[in-house]
Amino acid sequence: MTETSSFEINDYLRLDMMPHFLCPGCGHGIALRALLWAVHELEIKKDKLAIVSGIGCSGRLGAYVDANTFHVTHGRPLAYATGLALARPDMEVIVITGDGDCLAIGGNHLIHACRRNLNMTCFMLNNEIYGMTGGQVSPTTTETRFTTTTPMGNTEPVFDACKLAAAAGASFVGREVTLQTPALKDLIKQAISHRGFSFLEVISDCTEIYGRKNDLGSSPEMILSQKKSMRPESYGPNHGNVVDQPFRPNDFETGVLNLNERPEYGDTYRAFVESVTAGN
Amino acid sequence: MLNSTSTENKISNLQGNHACALGAIAAGCRFFAGYPITPSSEVAERMSLELPKVGGVFIQMEDEIASMGAVIGASMGGVKAMTATSGPGFSLKQENLGYGALAEVPCVVIDVMRGGPSTGMPTRPAQSDVMQARWGSHGDRPVIVLAPDSVREIFEQTIRAFNLSEALRTPVVVIFDETIGHLVESIELPSADKVEKVDRKWADCKPDDFLPYVETEDMVPPMPRPGDGYRSHTTGLTHAENGFPTQIPEKVDQMMGRLLGKLDHHKDLVEAYEEIDCKDADVVVVAYGISARAAKKAVRAARGKGVKAGLFRPITIWPFPEDAFRKAIKNAKSVVVPEMNAGQLVLEVERITPDGITVSGISQIDGEPIAPSTIQKQLVELSKGKGKKS
Repeated sequence: MTETSSFEINDYLRLDMMPHFLCPGCGHGIALRALLWAVHELEIKKDKLAIVSGIGCSGRLGAYVDANTFHVTHGRPLAYATGLALARPDMEVIVITGDGDCLAIGGNHLIHACRRNLNMTCFMLNNEIYGMTGGQVSPTTTETRFTTTTPMGNTEPVFDACKLAAAAGASFVGREVTLQTPALKDLIKQAISHRGFSFLEVISDCTEIYGRKNDLGSSPEMILSQKKSMRPESYGPNHGNVVDQPFRPNDFETGVLNLNERPEYGDTYRAFVESVTAGN
Repeated sequence: MLNSTSTENKISNLQGNHACALGAIAAGCRFFAGYPITPSSEVAERMSLELPKVGGVFIQMEDEIASMGAVIGASMGGVKAMTATSGPGFSLKQENLGYGALAEVPCVVIDVMRGGPSTGMPTRPAQSDVMQARWGSHGDRPVIVLAPDSVREIFEQTIRAFNLSEALRTPVVVIFDETIGHLVESIELPSADKVEKVDRKWADCKPDDFLPYVETEDMVPPMPRPGDGYRSHTTGLTHAENGFPTQIPEKVDQMMGRLLGKLDHHKDLVEAYEEIDCKDADVVVVAYGISARAAKKAVRAARGKGVKAGLFRPITIWPFPEDAFRKAIKNAKSVVVPEMNAGQLVLEVERITPDGITVSGISQIDGEPIAPSTIQKQLVELSKGKGKKS
């Protein structure tokens, strides 16, 4: 690692936007800190940083970052980011999205963004809930859990977002919990540095709504229980048939889950344009 | 083919949809995102051929919504961008179109109209989206819609759409029906250097002084180019001059007032229409797109039979050129609006026609263009003081 000045989060925030709107105990703040810490260590210039976010609690984070920030429509940040990244390959494009924004309303854009492999980082904060609208069930809400639209317990199975992204072709896939902030920061650095489409799932906690409704305790208790349910050893090529299961149980693996160096789409397209214009 | 080196004009036989694509390239469009849909697909096909030649980006997105999003994303990055679609796809684009209007992001949307509702008649013409183009997205927003009536005019109005969009920082929609989208006519294409191009006003003040939605005299705030040091915030939430969300009534009022007032402030730039023989006309036809070409023929034929008929053709249909229309019908007793829908623009015409002048519509929704004889018959009836009431 190169010598960088120590990380001061205030250097990357719009301080006149404070106080922020996140609930006490929300994991999104820790995730944003890890993201900005990674940006700092990678020495990405704020002028060159473009953050595109959707709708929901995650979508609001962009407004606090001192960068070029675009808060777009629900589920569509990857579509907007695709246009921006192709039009402006000089920008570092980071999408901040949530489990509802990215996997439900925006699911189609996610799989095609993975397929294209355009250079950007998709930072998906998974808190298992639609927090901003008051706590409705999401595609990642654990089965049997209570939400305002599953008042007698969730009966639907959940998505494994990382398996989905890897299967759709994302050339970098990773997952981390907020408790491991330095590990999360390092994973984000790898994701941003990777040339191609990087998908990151951050397990966040919604203490105020989801935690309270399900009696999961305070924020520290929620975060510690997330760590407990990490099962790195239960996954991977040497461990039975778990990788073949399309829906994850409550346990999940963390770290880099998929990595390959297939061609980045922007490079491919620009090489194609060059070959066309050279023939003129 | 548009020739960037030659200064000679070239005559070509072109389909309307291809003329649209060439108009976009001539206007400086360097990004197109689309999704296949009949009867507009030839716009995307031609763009996929032309854009790489000028170093632009063509991308076929995963759906209509994504296409609209990618177009706005590219434009926020500073590149002139366009998408093309038809009725069902136009419906899907509405939410993001509203985003473009509120966030004030220039872009151009082409809607080649087909029979509806729902899947309707994909290969048959209609003028079904006049009201969707005006009211399709939720909330109040500025709307510019242009309606060319020939292949040549599709080329010209596509260029004009880009120029208006850039000058006023707003999405501009160009609508035409399947008939002219697929019509092949010979048109004279100007050389690239003869095409008038307008670029958006870029922010050039000190970053510390920058307010992305500042009140300016022309009501169009300069736009920040990402990377230029402004690091501003763009959002679909109602925002204040600084770009950040607000719900303070005074600030909301101020922003919405400017947003909704900016087209009226630039009325002379926005409005466009054609007027034929209206001065002494007893009966004035209001028609647009392919129906206007039938109406032209009908008006000429009616004049031949001694009927004092005229044509008022809005080229900008939203905002409707209200004052010019009222002037055009000053001496008229009746107005007739032929449309390939169940009666859409006729509602606006009724709204702005002074008392004492009767307004009727001719509606045709069978998937065929309106024949000149249909309009002519109505003109003759109306001149006798009869005529079918809509």
